[in-house]
Amino acid sequence: MSQFAINLLFVGASFALYIGIAIWARAGSTKDFYVAGGGVHPITNGMATAADWMSAASFISMAGLLASGGYANSTFLMGWTGGYVILAMLLAPYLRKFGKFTVPDFIGDRFYSNTARFVAIVCLIVASVTYVIGQMTGAGVAFSRFLEVSNTWGIWIAALIVFLYAVFGGMKGITYTQVAQYVVLIIAYTIPAVFIAMQLTGNPIPMFGMFSTHTESGIPLLTKLDEVVNALGFRDYTADVDNKLNMVLFTLSLMVGTAGLPHVIIRFFTVPKVADARWSAGWALVFIALLYLTAPAVGSMARLNLATTVYPEMAGQVENYEEAARNPILYEDRPEWVRTWEETGLIAFNDLNNDGRIQMYNDATDYSDRGWEGNELTVNNDILVLANPEIANLPGWVIGLIAAGGIAAALSTAAGLLLAISSAISHDLIKTMINPKISEKGEMLAARISMGGAILLATYLGLNPPGFAAQTVALAFGIAGASLFPALMMGIFSKRMNSKGAICGMLAGLICTLLYIFTYLGWFFVPGTNMLANTPDNWILGISPLSFGAIGAMINFATAFAVSSATEEPPQEIQDLVESVRYPKGAGVAVDH
Amino acid sequence: MADDKSNAAEYWKANVRLIFGCLAVWAFVSYGCAILFRPLLAGIPVGGTDLGFWFAQQGSILTFIVLIFFYAWRMNKLDAKFGLGE
Repeated sequence: MSQFAINLLFVGASFALYIGIAIWARAGSTKDFYVAGGGVHPITNGMATAADWMSAASFISMAGLLASGGYANSTFLMGWTGGYVILAMLLAPYLRKFGKFTVPDFIGDRFYSNTARFVAIVCLIVASVTYVIGQMTGAGVAFSRFLEVSNTWGIWIAALIVFLYAVFGGMKGITYTQVAQYVVLIIAYTIPAVFIAMQLTGNPIPMFGMFSTHTESGIPLLTKLDEVVNALGFRDYTADVDNKLNMVLFTLSLMVGTAGLPHVIIRFFTVPKVADARWSAGWALVFIALLYLTAPAVGSMARLNLATTVYPEMAGQVENYEEAARNPILYEDRPEWVRTWEETGLIAFNDLNNDGRIQMYNDATDYSDRGWEGNELTVNNDILVLANPEIANLPGWVIGLIAAGGIAAALSTAAGLLLAISSAISHDLIKTMINPKISEKGEMLAARISMGGAILLATYLGLNPPGFAAQTVALAFGIAGASLFPALMMGIFSKRMNSKGAICGMLAGLICTLLYIFTYLGWFFVPGTNMLANTPDNWILGISPLSFGAIGAMINFATAFAVSSATEEPPQEIQDLVESVRYPKGAGVAVDH
Repeated sequence: MADDKSNAAEYWKANVRLIFGCLAVWAFVSYGCAILFRPLLAGIPVGGTDLGFWFAQQGSILTFIVLIFFYAWRMNKLDAKFGLGE
């Protein structure tokens, strides 16, 4: 059977599974549609949350980020997991107790203001739409590489599949497909990692293998990796960073952003009890950690594998790295997987010094004494995970599995985001603000139509990704962290917080964050309109635009408390509402108004 | 009613105390051990590198998991003790 047929079989089988689940889990009521009927088991919800959270970026890109950045990119690992600690303690149980369907529901009711509700709706839609673009393009990449269809067709197929199970099943269909998608993606991710860890260290558990001895050279894997990258002019893989303030703030921004992302929060509305919301956050992190603890091993091992593929003499015990570096492989002897990926353009070779050999190194360092005239091999970070099975010489079915896994990661996150968008439109905007008299059936129809519309918008943006697509991650996390997270937290922990304080806080946090991001990345990301070049020298106190979400959150808190203490107390019934969300007693399942 | 209120206030205080404790550990492992104090931990070798690196890529995540389950377990006990559970 050809590789194409195997890939088709795996991807096709996984799609059949998702659609089967969608038919089984049709949504019959708005409660089904928004919160899956409110009866999801905490472990099931934990698994669905893990798939909801782990996007194409986690599955495909994170190991590559770690491989290229080493220690410095640990921020992503800590930021994207540490957010669950604050979510579990500061938000999830109380929002579950509040017992409504959406995030703007809470902000609008708690701050007794449709202005606050509207600000929350806008923040939610902007954060979720920017996030969904990456999922559609990620699915497109996976399709085009593994199923030999064009990017455009790939995105349309992905859109159709999501449409089938999300529009008909709502949260109920999404929950159970996400569980299936989690299983597919975690198996796909760990199997090649286990084999590679075995090959390099003899230890089958990647997270331990990473810290054990590299079999071929007899020294610890990370020490070996440091030596190898050092010989090629790179900083040590494990090297410390100089700008600790920025690293701390970047990690904190990712954490508060994670906790404030609406598509993650609404998953906790689907469990039966407040206590379940707490357990469920723990289970979610367990399932996420299975991938996140493996990713650094995949990253470091792939980096070492790549270097020793190009410089075979560096693989074993090396006396003199200087000499080992002089004999990279001949281009015509390159392994099969390099050839395969060259066809996609994600690996490119350019023989600058015309010696027929591949020189791969950091060309910021001058190695003209070695006869090197620049780095000759460019490798896109995103291929490390996708090419893993081929690098480790694994059988064809593992490649098929990776294809299905990458697509599962993209689809599961896209579906969660689309539900968050459509419920904000049909429930918060239409039902609560525009037409409170709408019937249950009418609201379901509105929810399905807005879901369909959101899918079309996401597909359009996936097909025509705005030039700023890569930078929008900062935007999504900045908005969620600087506006939504503080408002939600103050709504629960400060009884004194009134609507004026919350609205001013959200706007101040949002505007400052946007201004800082736009200053360096251009107004609305239009290239060339940035007022300062995006270089560390220009950053205020060395704080990068990506790290500003944490500062935005602090501005939000400070403004909210200042304005609130200068204005009137919130009404008694609101203070009673805050009291009631603090105690689990009498929660019941999520209800409509 | 007055009893109920003071009971509830007591419960909330205990919850906030617990959150402070857990978040102190949360900050200590991630911002502390993994980032700010990494130079201080440089002398402790772990598999070819130092303890700070291990905390940044493994230890902090493992601690986060323990923290959430610990919090959930303690809160369930508090819910029962104050009779505020479901």
